[in-house]
Amino acid sequence: MSSTTPKKIDVKKSLVEAILAGLIALIVFGPIVGVVLEGYSFNLESTRVAWIIAIVMAGRFALSLFLQTPRGLRILEGFESTGSGVHVLPPDYKSRLRWIIPLMIAIAVALPFFSNSYLLGVVILGLIYVLLGLGLNIVVGLAGLLDLGYVAFYAIGAYGLALGYQYLGLGFWTVLPLAAITAGLAGCILGFPVLRLHGDYLAIVTLGFGEIIRLILNNWLSLTGGPNGMPAPLPTFFGLEFGKRAKDGGVPFHEFFGIAYNPDVKYYFIYAVLFLVVLAVLYIKHRLVKMPVGRAWEALREDEIACRSMGLNHVLVKLSAFTIGASTAGLAGVFFATYQGFVNPTSFTFFESALILAIVVLGGMGSTIGVVIAAFVLTVAPELLRGFAEYRVLLFGILMVLMMIWRPRGLIRISRTGVTPRKGAIHYERTAP
Amino acid sequence: MTRPIIELKDLDVFYGPIQALKGVSLHINEGETVSLIGSNGAGKSTLLMSIFGQPRAAGGQILYQGVDITHKSSHYIASNGIAQSPEGRRVFPDMTVEENLLMGTIPIGDKHAKEDMQRMFELFPRLEERRNQRAMTMSGGEQQMLAIARALMSRPKLLLLDEPSLGLAPIVVKQIFATLRELAKTGMTIFLVEQNANHALKLSDRAYVMVNGEIRLTGTGKELLVNEEVRNAYLGGH
Repeated sequence: MSSTTPKKIDVKKSLVEAILAGLIALIVFGPIVGVVLEGYSFNLESTRVAWIIAIVMAGRFALSLFLQTPRGLRILEGFESTGSGVHVLPPDYKSRLRWIIPLMIAIAVALPFFSNSYLLGVVILGLIYVLLGLGLNIVVGLAGLLDLGYVAFYAIGAYGLALGYQYLGLGFWTVLPLAAITAGLAGCILGFPVLRLHGDYLAIVTLGFGEIIRLILNNWLSLTGGPNGMPAPLPTFFGLEFGKRAKDGGVPFHEFFGIAYNPDVKYYFIYAVLFLVVLAVLYIKHRLVKMPVGRAWEALREDEIACRSMGLNHVLVKLSAFTIGASTAGLAGVFFATYQGFVNPTSFTFFESALILAIVVLGGMGSTIGVVIAAFVLTVAPELLRGFAEYRVLLFGILMVLMMIWRPRGLIRISRTGVTPRKGAIHYERTAP
Repeated sequence: MTRPIIELKDLDVFYGPIQALKGVSLHINEGETVSLIGSNGAGKSTLLMSIFGQPRAAGGQILYQGVDITHKSSHYIASNGIAQSPEGRRVFPDMTVEENLLMGTIPIGDKHAKEDMQRMFELFPRLEERRNQRAMTMSGGEQQMLAIARALMSRPKLLLLDEPSLGLAPIVVKQIFATLRELAKTGMTIFLVEQNANHALKLSDRAYVMVNGEIRLTGTGKELLVNEEVRNAYLGGH
């Protein structure tokens, strides 16, 4: 942009741009809006077209003028300075977004008081995808291992709850840690054969793994009920059930506390537990990134040969990324199953993996806050735009194309705080920059 | 000072059906600077990497301070005092200088990180100027300095350098070799793999010449510098 003469506004340039936009609008809208079929003949509706073109031209003119003002220029620069690579902040940098965490918690606490069960359901779904996004972010965003079968671990978590309940009589609280461990082990098992693979090859193997899990769930009728699915239990509150009547002669939640029965209470409870788990995962991830293993993940993403030449144990590093990522998905799966009350294999198709990957890519690889925002955008937006349900994938595609043009490295620029040596006995003076 | 810190005995290394090293034997004494020169594809880098166990030797033995490390894992070797600056520098592009140096401490843990980093900044003052800059944004010479400094962060007893002059301007090569000379004076054992025979031989106490996976010649740096065969093959005959 011409930053040499920032004050001068070129009206002629704006006019030319407006006329060009008008021409394009004529080509696009002319045949669609201006020609109306009537039987075998057609009417020309030139006024409608003229209005649309006038609006487009006026809008383009105004936009062009605005973008030449200092403020507009700054916005343009914002779009251009996507830069390349990671933006490293000084180690003692205090984020300007510090207030955002208390604010989020406040909103989250206030939400149940003025939302209906539908909105709550949407938010629960959003939070489940936040968990999935955070988990995949470790594998893809930090360690740079492209995993297209991530949904398999999600399925393991969800079916873990359903199968554990059916055959072993396990409840939500027992399965929650068990599912994380099981999914983690599955991640580890998947990790071993793919240790030597990179890029595309890794993507294909993980894609296959995701499909294998789904096909097993679909075809092992005697164990999983196949396409008919399985029921999943609700969580309990210290042994108190949320149903209208407790099974096995227990006391249900509402009777114990002497309140009227409300079928939504269980969703509020799931929401509260899920929110706490998301916070815990966010904290753990925040700490992991600063630990040596987090730096090792990033190092592995950047240059594997360098890692080997430093004697970094790449087996351990890769497996830990797979394991931790997978166990997060396992947790998400348990919440999904208990919220739905029912699981079947159609919830775990490749499209789901693609959606989670889209969350990570849109949010910015390796960026936590970006992933949280993208998870909500991609799960809440389709719910709010139910009327456009058929165009959902189209919107998705358009969003992706726009992203690749203006924000190729994700919504949020990847920035992380630099790492310095731990405070040891020896201090040295920090030289002024 | 005469005890060998590392000894290679009849080392055979294969890439699939191709034999890259054919019965290579050499030794490096403590405190020595030894260089290995040879043309492209002679097996120099392979030799260096096989000390690190990548690729593994199919035959022969690698003794490090009397211990057989032929079949030990890379991270065991790294945490026991051998460090390597790989060919083509291989710094982490999206990490700052400080973070790159911290990555070098992974084999031994970061308890000495602060003082070691300060030592590196004394050795390479350019790195201190750029300490919070991403490695990607630095020049080739600075990246090479960073790669050497990163290797030194694990407090090695033996430093393996793979072509530190690769793709650098002559004046920068001179600087790097001057620093290496300083480093050698502090008692560091350096094993240098180079194509730039002139610089390497001037720096080294002893040198080996490798041709087609075999050691062809050996001698002190000065002897090889005046050797007719070496002069013709690697020093442009003048």
